[in-house]
Amino acid sequence: MEQVMTNSLGFPILSTLVFLPVAGAAFLLLIPRSEEKLIKWFTLAMSVITFVISLPLFTRFDKTTHVMQFVERHAWIPAWNINYSLGIDGISILFVLLSTLVIILCVLISWNSIKTKVKEFYISLLIIEGAMIGVFCALDFFLFYIFWEAMLIPMYLLIGVWGGPNRVYAAVKFFLYTLVGSVLMLVGIIVLYLYAGRTFDIVELSTKMYPYDMQLWLFWAFFAAFAVKVPMFPVHTWLPDAHTEAPTAGSVILAAVLIKMGAYGFLRFSLPILPEASKAMTPAMLILSVIAIIYGGIICLAQTDLKRLIAYSSVSHMGFVTLGIFALNIQGMEGGILQMVNHGIVTGALFLSVGVIYDRTHTRQIADYGGVASVMPLYASLFIVFTLAAIGLPSTNGFVGEFLIILGGFTANQWAGVLAATGIIIGAGYMLWLYQRVFFMETNQKVAGLSDMDGREIMALLPMVILIFWIGVYPDTFLGFMHKSVEHLIVRVNTGGVSGPAIARNIIEVIR
Amino acid sequence: MQFVMPDLRPLTPEILMTVLSLLILLSDLVIKRKETIALLSILSVAAVAFTFRDSLGVTFNGMFISDGYSRFFGIIFVLNVILTVLISVKYIGIERVNFGEYYGLILFSTLGMMIMASAGDLIVLYLGLELMALSTYILAGFIRYDIKSNEAAMKYFLLGAFASAFLLYGTSMIYGLTGTTNIKAIAGYILLHGLMGNPALTLAMVLFVVAFSFKIAAVPFHMWAPDAYEGAPTSITAFMSVGPKAAGFAVMGRVLLDGLYPIRPEWSAVLIPIAILTMGVGNIVALSQTNIKRMLAYSSIAHAGYALLGVIAGTADGLASVMNYMLIYAFMNIGAFAVIIMLRTEGFKGDNITDYEGLSKTHPLLASLMLVFMFSLTGIPPTAGFMGKFYLFMSAVNAGYTWVVIIAVIFSAISAYFYLRIVMYMYMKDPKQEVAISTSPSMSLALAITLFGVIAIGVLPASVVHLARIAFP
Repeated sequence: MEQVMTNSLGFPILSTLVFLPVAGAAFLLLIPRSEEKLIKWFTLAMSVITFVISLPLFTRFDKTTHVMQFVERHAWIPAWNINYSLGIDGISILFVLLSTLVIILCVLISWNSIKTKVKEFYISLLIIEGAMIGVFCALDFFLFYIFWEAMLIPMYLLIGVWGGPNRVYAAVKFFLYTLVGSVLMLVGIIVLYLYAGRTFDIVELSTKMYPYDMQLWLFWAFFAAFAVKVPMFPVHTWLPDAHTEAPTAGSVILAAVLIKMGAYGFLRFSLPILPEASKAMTPAMLILSVIAIIYGGIICLAQTDLKRLIAYSSVSHMGFVTLGIFALNIQGMEGGILQMVNHGIVTGALFLSVGVIYDRTHTRQIADYGGVASVMPLYASLFIVFTLAAIGLPSTNGFVGEFLIILGGFTANQWAGVLAATGIIIGAGYMLWLYQRVFFMETNQKVAGLSDMDGREIMALLPMVILIFWIGVYPDTFLGFMHKSVEHLIVRVNTGGVSGPAIARNIIEVIR
Repeated sequence: MQFVMPDLRPLTPEILMTVLSLLILLSDLVIKRKETIALLSILSVAAVAFTFRDSLGVTFNGMFISDGYSRFFGIIFVLNVILTVLISVKYIGIERVNFGEYYGLILFSTLGMMIMASAGDLIVLYLGLELMALSTYILAGFIRYDIKSNEAAMKYFLLGAFASAFLLYGTSMIYGLTGTTNIKAIAGYILLHGLMGNPALTLAMVLFVVAFSFKIAAVPFHMWAPDAYEGAPTSITAFMSVGPKAAGFAVMGRVLLDGLYPIRPEWSAVLIPIAILTMGVGNIVALSQTNIKRMLAYSSIAHAGYALLGVIAGTADGLASVMNYMLIYAFMNIGAFAVIIMLRTEGFKGDNITDYEGLSKTHPLLASLMLVFMFSLTGIPPTAGFMGKFYLFMSAVNAGYTWVVIIAVIFSAISAYFYLRIVMYMYMKDPKQEVAISTSPSMSLALAITLFGVIAIGVLPASVVHLARIAFP
């Protein structure tokens, strides 16, 4: 059994991160509906406090080990041997930080655009935050599932209540797709639990060995849940609808954090628990990833709706992520994780930007735009940063991630690397073309006379710009977190958990 | 010949319940305010619940068993009475059937359920079942000027009588084969004489399964349920969807797992298709309902299908999961019915799904409660509904029925559609009409209890699970 590092801070930081927003949501219930200003300021304060509390994770994280840190453990349902246990390692830490940051931006961007049921909106937002952080911190498979599913309720409401014209359809589709995947995973979890001797402990589960046939079944059961969330081709069809119809904050959360949960699930569960099946299924996963990259990209070229285009670009970008993960080597996997963060930042920023202009024009049709650069120069300059980061221009974060992934992918399978690289070209095509149609050309009547961004909107986008260049120029701040955990994971996958540490070390040497 | 007085201690709750029920019935003559009778009924069942703890034991030569199993179900029945009475107080006034017998009948029916759960003998079982059923028939037709209510009672009665006949026929065959009606002795006789595979025994088992399936409204013996649920007074629909169902499962567990355990492969082979059909028909037909009571009727059929998984598992864990589920189901289902009743006001029925349009705008608190109950019925964490389903699925997988569980989870995902439709109407549509609600303190209390149950068991299920787990030896 692995040694689990205990909490190096004096207080249960992860529980605080999970339950502070939830407590905030409960407090919001008490504020009268009419006090909209107070509700907004309170939510903002709550999200900022949560973010500040999450910062020690960044500074106090021990990068020299792969074990779980900031661990908390309490018995929860003794009859089923279920524990309330939280902890993070190099794979999950960045997503916790990303979640706490993104929520602040979501509050800022929704400030004026949400006008109905304001109270419910911010309650949902805070509950989502708690559940999101819970998903990334849970060290108990059952607890993970609780957070994973609990997230659906507020998200369903967010899309369905405050979304665009076709919101009900999108919300139901989102819910049902995710639910079907999740319940199949639930059966898998139960089978795993019973086989492993009635334990849900993730760390313990990922040290055990399982028969190959069972691994295969479980792999596909988990795949059902994770692939829908990622979303991988061919179960991606909920995403364009959900992203497009969701309010800006909903799209940002979906893009920045929620769909990361799927890829995170592969990293946290499929690979370490089912190493042999994962290895056996690599070709299938690589093929699906490459299809997603290219197919998602080509579909983008045909989109006429701003948000829909960015939504399909997510399919393509997440294809890169799964490609990197299933390359099953250090470069690919680190690239994959970094690209998850990158995609969260860039696509999150793109949705935020679309929200900025949608609040002014209330149209998402690309044809309704044109010449925005001359009307809103500041906006245009920020948008080009995001566009270039999405394409993966060197010195932006997108480059680092995609480079590592293609490197890893090429090592694993040359064709995968080559085909993925063509995805980047397609990406440049649709993003630049989009930029051209929206920001250059003749000024459209509908955008004439729009005011440029105000302080609040700049505040919402600025952190993303900083992160884009930070990761682009000095990625090691972030990659440094993952090295040990990824190494450990790769060893586990490649040895199937059979060997002791001695063989593991040799294999690391070979990989290097 | 010597007469030995049997030990009456295990019977204390039932005796007390009988006395108190009779008193409640008589008190109707002197007490004019029916609210007082309601209060007395609640106090009575609470008093009965207090005697559960000290009543454990077996008496009348094993005909009556008071163990953790029967008393756990007893708690469900008591809870069912308390919640039903709380949601009835104002409602039966609105329906203009505010009579004292109402409460007496509820108590008699519950007494029947308690006897069923404690029955160690097929004859006792039958007595309890008839007492429960006859009282419930009357309750279903309690709105006597309403033709739909009459229809509900009539249908329920005819099909219920039919089911009783099946039960008696099965009992007589068992008696003919084994010479006993004692449930434990039946198992002993079957084992001793190697009756496994005997066609007559299999037939008797099938007859039992049919009779119980009527009671729990399992497909294809569910035909009465939608009409009975729709026509009966809504408070009684809530009552019927929890109490008799739980009692049905209680006797099913006792008879199949105690008496007919030796032929477990046979009865699980019969139950598996029934469970799958029940989940399938319940969930799929519910998709197209426009009346919320009918929708919940089909949903209740589907939930019986899930609960059957625990019986099919045929283990102590399986039964514990059924008990656990019935308790959780009592909270979430009565909670949902309480919301429905609140929409019923003078001259407004409020049982169409479209009546819920924009409820979140007009009555945000009520809408949010309904939201919790709907998500719990779907089985989304962190509500109790999830914990209940999880336990059922876990015990079924543990018993080796993984493929049945896969079918169950798929149907459970399908069910999300019609539960969410209510949420969608409440939150994502604009109100078309002014919907008034009828509030009362007792109703608020009922909603508070059900909400607390759904959330508390959802977040901290440990103690309930433990209680269910240790109940069955």
